Amino acid sequence: MLSNLGNILLFLNVILSLSIIYTANRNLKISGGVDKNIFQLSLIQSTSIIICFFVLIAAFIVSDFSLITVYQNSHSLKPLFYKIAGTWGNHEGSLLLWAIILSIFSFLFLVYNKNHPKKFRLLTLIIQNILILGFLFFILFNSNPFSKISPIPSEGLGLNPILQDPALAIHPPLLYVGFVGASIYFSAAIASLITNYSEKSFSLSIKNWVLISWCFQTLGILVGSIWAYYELGWGGFWFWDPVENASLLPWFAMTALFHSLIVFEKRNLFYFWVIILCLITFTLSVTGTFLVRSGILNSVHTFASDPTRGIYILIFLSLMIFGSIFLLFKKYKKENYDLNRNSKETFILVNNWFMMFYLITVLLGTIYPIFTDALTDNKISVGPPFYNAIIFPVVVVFLLFMALGPKAKWIKNKFENIRTYILILTGAIGLNLAIIFFFKSYSLLSNFIIISALFLIISSLMDIAKALKKNKLDFARIISHTSFGFLVLFIGLNDIFSLEKDYNIKLGETKKFENYSIQLQNLDLKNYKNYQAVIGKLEIKNINSNQTNILNPEIRIYDKPKTLTYEAAIKTSLIKDYYLTMSNIDRSDYYNIKFQKKPLMAWIWISVIMIVVGGSIRLFSNAKNN
Amino acid sequence: MKLNLLLLLFIFFSKFSFATEKTVDPNLIHKNLRCLVCQGQSISDSNSDFAQTIKLVVKDLIDEGKTEDEIYEFMSDKYGDWIVFKPQFNTQNSLLWILPYIVLIFGGFLIYSLLKKRQ
Amino acid sequence: MQKIIKIIILFIFLFVIGIFYISLTRDTNYNTSSLINKETPEFKIISFDNSNFYTRDDIKKNNYTLINFWASWCAPCKIEHPILMKLSQKKNLMLLGINFKDKEPQAKTFLSELGNPYDLLAKDKNGKHSVKFGIYGIPESILINKELMIIQKFVGPLSVDDYNNIIKIIE
Repeated sequence: MLSNLGNILLFLNVILSLSIIYTANRNLKISGGVDKNIFQLSLIQSTSIIICFFVLIAAFIVSDFSLITVYQNSHSLKPLFYKIAGTWGNHEGSLLLWAIILSIFSFLFLVYNKNHPKKFRLLTLIIQNILILGFLFFILFNSNPFSKISPIPSEGLGLNPILQDPALAIHPPLLYVGFVGASIYFSAAIASLITNYSEKSFSLSIKNWVLISWCFQTLGILVGSIWAYYELGWGGFWFWDPVENASLLPWFAMTALFHSLIVFEKRNLFYFWVIILCLITFTLSVTGTFLVRSGILNSVHTFASDPTRGIYILIFLSLMIFGSIFLLFKKYKKENYDLNRNSKETFILVNNWFMMFYLITVLLGTIYPIFTDALTDNKISVGPPFYNAIIFPVVVVFLLFMALGPKAKWIKNKFENIRTYILILTGAIGLNLAIIFFFKSYSLLSNFIIISALFLIISSLMDIAKALKKNKLDFARIISHTSFGFLVLFIGLNDIFSLEKDYNIKLGETKKFENYSIQLQNLDLKNYKNYQAVIGKLEIKNINSNQTNILNPEIRIYDKPKTLTYEAAIKTSLIKDYYLTMSNIDRSDYYNIKFQKKPLMAWIWISVIMIVVGGSIRLFSNAKNN
Repeated sequence: MKLNLLLLLFIFFSKFSFATEKTVDPNLIHKNLRCLVCQGQSISDSNSDFAQTIKLVVKDLIDEGKTEDEIYEFMSDKYGDWIVFKPQFNTQNSLLWILPYIVLIFGGFLIYSLLKKRQ
Repeated sequence: MQKIIKIIILFIFLFVIGIFYISLTRDTNYNTSSLINKETPEFKIISFDNSNFYTRDDIKKNNYTLINFWASWCAPCKIEHPILMKLSQKKNLMLLGINFKDKEPQAKTFLSELGNPYDLLAKDKNGKHSVKFGIYGIPESILINKELMIIQKFVGPLSVDDYNNIIKIIE
């Protein structure tokens, strides 16, 4: 019953999309305002797709195993919260989430842009609905969450404990508002090209959408990293895994885009570059989806693979890319710029320059193995050593520009107080030396990164002091830029001062290193509802301060399905995290423990949140001014 | 223009800072080797039998006095390039290492071309 | 000039999409074929009864050698064992068994229950020797010829197809 209801709603949506395209197309040629019917159709479309999604959620809640998706991804014993979250934690269900966001953004864009040319709004709606249709067809003909299985199984398969986590539950919705939301300014860009809507008011139509998608994308990436840190047990939060990279690529484009929009809005420059960035962002979103779901990449995160999915997404992606290229070639008009070397415009161009560098590096690293495998039958791996080596040196220079850029004036800038900058740089170098003196020295590159980050932070703080006097505070920019500086600083310090020790230890044994000692004091066996746990009691003693900490890592033995997971014991404080994982060694009574001391972890998360806070402040002030 | 030159110099300079490691750190090597029987984990993160064995072999190689790069070469010789997370700089992969910086320099030239020419 | 740029851009995207398409239809599973056609590495493995060591010299004597990594705690090893027994009858082929990370009593029981197909039996207690041969899981078998060249690697239990392939090669 639920299956039929869901399918009916999907078909209804197809008809609605077609109607919207048809009506909007007709309305294009008539004068007057946008037809009321179009608004109503759009609203009904959003409503019905949301209802459709609730139908699927209902199927998960009641454990309706007649639906293949529910059977494969749920279980009657799953806690209610995770039954619900399981709806979008699988391939088919997540596509419904795609469809919802595409539809909602379509409707809201129409409603909120009443001050923009009618043809532009209608075309945006049409293009967006073509995208929606594409996804609806994908859902209906290839990945339908409502497809049935017969005979109806009595129990589901989906009880993987690793996937039952709150962070993992909100991670997809956050990311989707991000990179799926980018669809709306993709469509707007195409509409803008077709209708030649190249005035600076165009930026006003998409500005807030870019900001919204950017904020959510950042949050989505943050939550994913936090989950990786707490759940995966290796103590890291970023592995340059292809799926992680897939979420980072649109982020670089979005960041470049909203910086360029500032220039476009103020000076009416870079129109075609703004358009290209709009097109690139969503294209990267779909490319990422292709890489992750087609099965051509090997990763911890990949959904189960199915080549027909890949073919479908590839066709969709090709149509998007070649359609955009064709339109761009047709409409491109060379603009002549005569920028001053020292001007805000140039600094924003520099931001874009670096963003494109990061983007291409991460894109290259992610798809290069695909190319070598296809062309030479040789599988290579591209991991953290590559990305770190290429990107970190460049970040050093990037941070310096971030400090100088925002202060530059439009058109022609003059740096008044070079002395101040030299002072700041000296202060940064001094602080860096202080860190080396009191703690330990580190590599040359790390020195540069710390100095650069400190330069950005100090100059931003001085900005605040100066602006408070004049009562002219651009909170949004200052908070985001400063927090970015702090983020790099904390990541750098965390990397330099992290301690990691790997031991094979027996019950009762003590291991000593530097000024710490670890003792495996006890092993406990506890029975829970759906798993058994071997809980270790390890005492970490700081020999200098005599402070002790007890950490309890677990080895969990689940039986439906039979899996073994390792729960890290993490003790968080503002200064550092203690991180301990324990695993058994086959055919031995030794246990392998990995102890890590990770300074400033909490501050890394806080910095990212503050970056989003900055973006949100800008968003709210934009909304207020409009 | 000067900026591009500065950038290049800086990048090359910082590359040398990587090469001044004296003692080989086993943890670093474990992080850069892939656990072949796991899904996307490194030898450092994995508790599998295979990872344990590789850790022992790496220790032996370090004791024999092998450098980090020699150890990676040994591993790719036995298991193929897939086991090492750092792509070797050979003809096949040279494009991977060079292209980002070519893009960086190219971008610099692009921006330079948009700037006002000196009177 | 503009035309050339447009053609280059178009070509790049066509190329990328093309590679993606090809990759969809390929098998992306990893296998250690990297050692095939390379020379067998030097090794010195202690024999199972601790009486002596086996090296490459022991392989040079035979036309073909099959090195088989196994253990008593490995279920697929039990499954492939009958095939090893059949191979042990081939005069052309010498079987070198390497007992991998095992305990002697269990290994002995395994062989006495299922039969001992190995001409030479060695043991690799900590698994370090297996890495020299590019082994990453057991059972794994390596076929070597008289010139010490690695001809084939078999990852996982030997199947009937593998048996037939080996027969074809050694005859």
